[in-house]
Amino acid sequence: MSRTKIKKHSSSVWMILPLYFFTLVFVAGPLIYMVALSFAQPGSGSAVEWNLTLENYKKILDPVYLQTFRESFQLALTSTVIICILGYPFGYFMAKMSESWKKKAMLLLMLPFWINSLIRLYGWIIILQNRGILNHVLKTLGIIDKPLKLLYSYPAIVVGMVYVLLPFMILSVYSSAEKLDWSLVEAARDLGAGKIKAFWTVSFKLTLPGLLSGVILTFIPSMGLFFIADILGGNKIVLVGSLIQEQMTRGSNWPFAAALAVVLMILTSLMIGLYRKITNVKELEGIG
Amino acid sequence: MKKNSKFSSLYMGIIFFLMYLPVAVVIIFSFNESKLPVRFTGFSLKWYQELLGDSAMIEALGNSLILGVASCLVSAVIGTLGAVGLSRIHWKTKGAMEYISILPLMIPEIILGMVLMAFFYLLNIPFGMLTLLLGHTVFCVPYILMEVKARLAGMDPSLEEAARDLGAGSFRAFRDITLPLIMPAVVSGSLLAFAMSMDDVVISIFVNGPRISTLPVKVYTQLKTGVTPEINALCTLMLAFTIGVLAVYYLAGRLLKGKNRLFSIKKK
Amino acid sequence: MELKNIRKGFSDEEEVLKGISLSIGKGEFITLLGSSGCGKTTTLRIIAGLEQPDAGQVFLDGRDVTSLNPEDRDINTVFQNYALFPHMNVADNIGYGLKLKKIPKAEIRRKVTEMLELVQLPGYEKRKPSELSGGQKQRVAIARALINNPQVLLLDEPLGALDLQLRRAMQAELKRLQKKLGITFIYITHDQEEAINMSDRIAVMNHGTFEQIGTPDEIYNHPRTSYVATFVGNANILKGKAENTKDGKVTVAIAGGHMAAACEDDSIRAGESVTLAVRSENIRIQEECSCGLQAKVEEKSFAAGQLRVVLRLADGSELVASRYGIDAKVEQGQTVSVCFAPEDAVFVDRSGEEKNEQD
Repeated sequence: MSRTKIKKHSSSVWMILPLYFFTLVFVAGPLIYMVALSFAQPGSGSAVEWNLTLENYKKILDPVYLQTFRESFQLALTSTVIICILGYPFGYFMAKMSESWKKKAMLLLMLPFWINSLIRLYGWIIILQNRGILNHVLKTLGIIDKPLKLLYSYPAIVVGMVYVLLPFMILSVYSSAEKLDWSLVEAARDLGAGKIKAFWTVSFKLTLPGLLSGVILTFIPSMGLFFIADILGGNKIVLVGSLIQEQMTRGSNWPFAAALAVVLMILTSLMIGLYRKITNVKELEGIG
Repeated sequence: MKKNSKFSSLYMGIIFFLMYLPVAVVIIFSFNESKLPVRFTGFSLKWYQELLGDSAMIEALGNSLILGVASCLVSAVIGTLGAVGLSRIHWKTKGAMEYISILPLMIPEIILGMVLMAFFYLLNIPFGMLTLLLGHTVFCVPYILMEVKARLAGMDPSLEEAARDLGAGSFRAFRDITLPLIMPAVVSGSLLAFAMSMDDVVISIFVNGPRISTLPVKVYTQLKTGVTPEINALCTLMLAFTIGVLAVYYLAGRLLKGKNRLFSIKKK
Repeated sequence: MELKNIRKGFSDEEEVLKGISLSIGKGEFITLLGSSGCGKTTTLRIIAGLEQPDAGQVFLDGRDVTSLNPEDRDINTVFQNYALFPHMNVADNIGYGLKLKKIPKAEIRRKVTEMLELVQLPGYEKRKPSELSGGQKQRVAIARALINNPQVLLLDEPLGALDLQLRRAMQAELKRLQKKLGITFIYITHDQEEAINMSDRIAVMNHGTFEQIGTPDEIYNHPRTSYVATFVGNANILKGKAENTKDGKVTVAIAGGHMAAACEDDSIRAGESVTLAVRSENIRIQEECSCGLQAKVEEKSFAAGQLRVVLRLADGSELVASRYGIDAKVEQGQTVSVCFAPEDAVFVDRSGEEKNEQD
């Protein structure tokens, strides 16, 4: 039975007004403006001419820009897959630890969040650079004779992405594995499922929502984290994010940047929509 | 079933090692004499000295701290009141509003930064601290809103009704009952928001304007143009500060726990 | 305290309360009895002011309080799940109502101690709700609601979460408190035994209306509707036709047999369709007798020293007989004869106009 709340809503209305105001003006407003902007024509400088046009969207179809989208998508996908492979077992193992170890692991996991991610990435620069630690170690071990060019390469960007986004995946998997009723796994074992089979049919399926939300949490930001590619990739790979930033600052073509953003936004919305659909279906099947 | 195998411990150990390796490297080289982070040539504190003398860096740090505190306070008020308000009000726009308000978490930061820049330009708001504050508040509100909402969902609605029943007005019931009970969520949401604000590069780059710089933006420019081990020193100091704050928070939590158990209320 | 024609619906399709009226005397212990979803909690919430009725009025002491906020009503509630404030200790919980009235601290402390003694929890001031057992929480919730000295105390299934033994003890204690303080208690429960043990009057609710309002004796021994008879008295419902009336007895044709039933007035006419309620403990089973109704034994079981026999009558209706002690030698499948004393049968569902007459 639904219960209506204490009668006079007016007494609580004031609480919600700041949120409504702020959200409408500074979230909905800019996003609507972005869509409008994407149909405008670039003027001189940052100016915009309000002639409705589809020109900006047509421009995206240019192979150069399509390539940018493809590369961004590819990078995001590669990073996300690696993050899944590394993060899922971690989150899962963590959920199986004892309470006191869980707390410690959580602390260790959260601590890096408090150190600026740029500084942490700088640590990777030190490690990966030509005369850096990794090359030094490899050389000492006799695996290589001359230093590998590790920095300013595609793998370096992937390392950076994985490094920055991995904790999100771990936390997401962990929070869903933590709620897992381990007696279900035991029941599966009891019913004759092997260790792997029990994991696959029970634990994995029940923690799938955590994995999927982790995918969302890592895939979407990785489409926009242009600065990682910037720092570790040395401008070698142009991502949608970098392109938008360039168009906003140096290129001064705001309508085109807006169109790029709209397309990126549609892509991410599709991802989220897909995620919702999958998790809903799972719920219907009684797995989610 | 709850016992961990050697393999999983080893695995977690490796991941943690890789997670902390860059941090450790940065810290080690903060004490290096040489400017190049290649060989450790000798112990020195000179980069700390230089950092303290670098007024631009200190200013950026100050800006970041002010911005972090301010945006996290503003969003704590908006987010907390909003979450409580949403739980009490049954307007038709409620669902849509909730969706829009957490949208900043679901769209790539780059889009958010770009549209805010264009929008502030449209509104003719001069770029600087104000635009930074607004921009950071946009992505801080959802963290607090979601934390508080989850907490409220686990709260028994009859608690506030009981307060009303005993003679408390709607505001008094909120102050005496609801607010203390959701406080842990407000605090943890705010801490998260503060951390996110201190770490933000993307949005800040778009809305900071020419005269003002936050610490992450400053570091970003340095990384692109040329780094000095000052950055390493800064990292070390920040980490030390964070650990210090965490220790204080932990100890304070323990003390409070002994005193009134406010923090002992289970999160779930 | 009076309720006038209260209506309430949460969705368009169904009304939870269909215009109920009730007047309650000062110092009365009245129970709203009904199964879950019958609207009893909603009624209570409307009295407390936590819910607004769509129509109708609530009067307290002759004053219309319908539009008053809960905090402005001289009514307090003991919530179903106690609703003790987890961040306050017992003393702060109990003293909260007084604190809101800006009563001096020393006075509050004195009254809290007094209340704790009243509910037999002396010395529990500094405990946290999480450190209390269910029964103790219950006592604190009662103390908290009583400290404001309300005109009316509302209790929403307060004993629902306690085990049977504790429930019995608390029943007695609640009754004692109510006698001592002389406060009107409006009590909600779905447990008929609890209602009968404690109440001065019982209002049986079903589908948002009062089926019957009366003393426990009236409700138990003279149910007016088949719902009350089955819900409160576990009665069997028999449908039949009145054949003739003589000397306050009506012969009724039921499922191929004839039974006599007592009827105080002579309003029943021959040929009228009637419904009889007979409690299962009053049904007698005889192996060989021509007087009663023929029935087939369907099932036989023992529970708590009681024999329960499910019988099927010739018209297909089911009948349950239960008795203490094992005295029936009937076997499953056997055809037996069933009868009951005329004074054990009550005519129910007589006519619509009598239903709510007693308000």
